[in-house]
Amino acid sequence: MDKLIDSGEAKAIVHNGLWKQNAGIVQILGMCPVLVMSNNIINGVSLGLATSLVMLISGMAVAAIRRFVPNELRTPIFILIIAALVTMVDLAMNAWVHGLYVVLGIFIPLITTNCIVLARAEAFASKNGVLQSGLDGLFMGLGLTGVLAVLGAMRELVGQGTLLSSIDLLFGPQAKDWMIHVIPADANYQFLLAMLPPGAFIGLGFLVAGKLALDRRAEARAKAAPPPPASETATV
Amino acid sequence: MITSPFLTKPTPLQLVMTKVLLALLPGIAVYVYVFGAGILIQLLLATLTALGVEAACLKLRNFPIKPFITDGSAIVTAWLLALSLPPLAPWWMIVLATAIAIGLAKHLYGGLGQNTFNPAMVGFAVMMVSFPAQMSRWAAPQAELGAAGQLAFIFTGHLAVPFDAIASATPLDTVKTTILQHGGIGELFAAPLFHAGQLGAGWLPSMMGWIALAYLAGGLWLYASKIIPWQTPVAFIASLAALSGVLHLVDPARFTSPLFHLFSGAAMLGAFFIITDPVSGPTTPRGRLIYGALIGVLVYVIRVFGGYPDGVAFAVLIMNLAAPFIDQYTQPKVFGRKGKAA
Repeated sequence: MDKLIDSGEAKAIVHNGLWKQNAGIVQILGMCPVLVMSNNIINGVSLGLATSLVMLISGMAVAAIRRFVPNELRTPIFILIIAALVTMVDLAMNAWVHGLYVVLGIFIPLITTNCIVLARAEAFASKNGVLQSGLDGLFMGLGLTGVLAVLGAMRELVGQGTLLSSIDLLFGPQAKDWMIHVIPADANYQFLLAMLPPGAFIGLGFLVAGKLALDRRAEARAKAAPPPPASETATV
Repeated sequence: MITSPFLTKPTPLQLVMTKVLLALLPGIAVYVYVFGAGILIQLLLATLTALGVEAACLKLRNFPIKPFITDGSAIVTAWLLALSLPPLAPWWMIVLATAIAIGLAKHLYGGLGQNTFNPAMVGFAVMMVSFPAQMSRWAAPQAELGAAGQLAFIFTGHLAVPFDAIASATPLDTVKTTILQHGGIGELFAAPLFHAGQLGAGWLPSMMGWIALAYLAGGLWLYASKIIPWQTPVAFIASLAALSGVLHLVDPARFTSPLFHLFSGAAMLGAFFIITDPVSGPTTPRGRLIYGALIGVLVYVIRVFGGYPDGVAFAVLIMNLAAPFIDQYTQPKVFGRKGKAA
């Protein structure tokens, strides 16, 4: 393992996926599912995890066959691999979490066309080793999942005053009580804008701005303090 | 302080905004007569919220607070919003609407002069989309409630009589539902809602028509004092009147008269105070004609064929989007050149 991938490289890949090149708020890729499925935490995280799984396997598969793929034909071949994986995830979700499957609907098959999946296959997996590509796919996916979770929580909280609504779709009917009513249910609180697509756009805008603000603050602090030893190696 | 007959000092922004506020006063006075003193509370709430949010945003953006907050533009936005929302809406609605208008639609886009959309109309549209039920709860004109009763209702939601006893649909609402249910207007206009009150003037479509008439007077004064151009309101009124006139002639049982359209809802307020916003509208004379006319068309289409009773806010927002495009294709010919300016 140590010979295939050293810890500095792995750390850089993880940092890239989760923060520096975050698919949701830096690359702004795959907006369609991000905007539609971020109306609560459960939907967002479920779709994010399904995408992560597809990206993990597709990254490894694409990297494994990268030497045998003719350059001219790479896009259809990548898409075929991704589509096959998505079909597996689709069938698995239909079998084991059917309620969620119904809610996510068309957005599971659409993971195939989610540009972040193809973008990582094209930009990273076709040029790097199997382990690196798997790691990159997984953490790019988890970075997107994080954005979906935060955005989902924001929209759910502002839109209907709850957290973890429809969690029973994931863990069965006994999980119904796990839903948190931040604003008491009998207050009938509702702010429709946050639940509708404009709420997703506005929320995502705030997340992008928040990320930039954090980066800027870190930069200012790094400038004020003596520079730490440069450990970050450039990848991608 | 005029230095030469041809060089005049530009009107300071503060004066422009003060004049716009002054021009709204006759409308507000009639509004108080028709709906009671509740609107004054809404205006006060809106003004306080607007100034507070404006100051907070300026501070966050490291702008000097005093010169910007005294320009009056935030108060104009606040008043337009207060005049568009139902007069007896609960207090948090006008506060939220104003905060969204100033914070989201104005400052997130870069502050005065940078906002793509008319802030007041963004606030209104957000409320309309998020709280459709509360936004359609209008009290009947001259409901017996008294200023204290209105104040209590706005802040606590408690009322001596059930709200339904004093509630009433707006004329635009009534026309919309009647057509949906019966397919024609028929005897609708015999209903008391459509009487213009004891003041006579049988041609006005309702009590609200008096408010619209006062807005018209304020708007004409604004034009006379060279605060607003003539192109936008004239084009808007002409296109709305022409469209409704033609369809009214074709089928009077299905389409209401041009007078009804011009003196109902936000048409007059929109014509002189909303679509004339110099920031979010086009700047060329020909562009203003096109802009006003298309807003008139959209207002009519939304009112008659759309899902909402009134369409001024949505029509203005759509045309705000088109304003830069209109500007680009209506650049006037530069004096002395043969072709158009590049």
